[in-house]
Amino acid sequence: MAHENGMKPDDQVEPVLVSEPREWLLLTLRVIAFLATASATLVMALNKETKKLVVATIGSTPITATLTAKFQHSPAFVFFVIANANASFHNLLMIAVELGGRKFDHKGLRLLFVAVLDMLTVVLASSGDGAATFMADLGKRGNSHARWNKICDKFDHYCSQGGGALIASYVGLGLLTIISILSTMRLVRLKPLGYQRAPVP
Amino acid sequence: MEDFHKRIAGLVLRVLALAATLTAAIIMGTSKESANFYALSFEVNYNDTPAFKYFVIVNAVVSVYSFLALFVPSKSSFWRLIVALDLLVTLMLTSCISAALAIAQVGKNGNSITRWLPICNQVPDYCDRVTIALAAGFAAAILYLMVLAASAHAALDEDDCC
Repeated sequence: MAHENGMKPDDQVEPVLVSEPREWLLLTLRVIAFLATASATLVMALNKETKKLVVATIGSTPITATLTAKFQHSPAFVFFVIANANASFHNLLMIAVELGGRKFDHKGLRLLFVAVLDMLTVVLASSGDGAATFMADLGKRGNSHARWNKICDKFDHYCSQGGGALIASYVGLGLLTIISILSTMRLVRLKPLGYQRAPVP
Repeated sequence: MEDFHKRIAGLVLRVLALAATLTAAIIMGTSKESANFYALSFEVNYNDTPAFKYFVIVNAVVSVYSFLALFVPSKSSFWRLIVALDLLVTLMLTSCISAALAIAQVGKNGNSITRWLPICNQVPDYCDRVTIALAAGFAAAILYLMVLAASAHAALDEDDCC
């Protein structure tokens, strides 16, 4: 009984995946998650509304100005776009790895990298969603204590488009969580790095 | 790495994360200040901002979870549940810290397009407390990412099937 649990058998044959079945469920989920995060990115990045509003009244003549609401005006939405763009790029990369990366496997590290990158991406996507959700709530309801007025009553198309982007990214976040759990379970199931109990002689 | 070292590393990280989340929740939860702004006197409380309320709630829940997870014995069947819960908790921590940072950034810098004035000039002590709480929350998020890595690494060595 020489080995402890979990020690990599360095003096034995390198663990090789004999039969790794193609994971159709994981691939389908990744495609849907890619579509969700990519659409969230695009919908928010193209979010822009221009309106003529009355900004002041001098005497009896109202002064109108053309105001534009863009997603760049709020750093939280910029972060949301960047985080979702990263998440969709990650999904695309993982789809490519899943479909064609079988030969680029060095000591079984490919599955480990996929699992680790999945976890990092889901964390990034969740932080982008959190920031954008609360910024959208601030725009929708304002904050009376800080005297911040709401803007959604004037720019309702901007708000509804932003809300649609948020919903799409929440769908992507839920799918990314499931994908992350599945790819971590895959590490246990296929045991590429010798994650197993030592063989009993 | 031996099992014992892995377990100690996981425990130490979890204790640090417990300290960070507890600090963040307590400091943010006790942030309030009254100020006189010209003729108006107004009181700022963390409760007025939904993002800060979410931040306090998430950090309080996570600190209770961290405390309970310290007592899970090794080699029990709970560990896979702990790894899944660690992932969920990390997600919650990162979303609450980024939401609080987004709103705090508006409070400090304002937003010229929407005409939201910054409030940090009127209530500087409140802003300082919030900054400290946010720093602790950020450290908690990073620590929990490491806790997740440590517990996933420990749990993957345990059993041989899912």
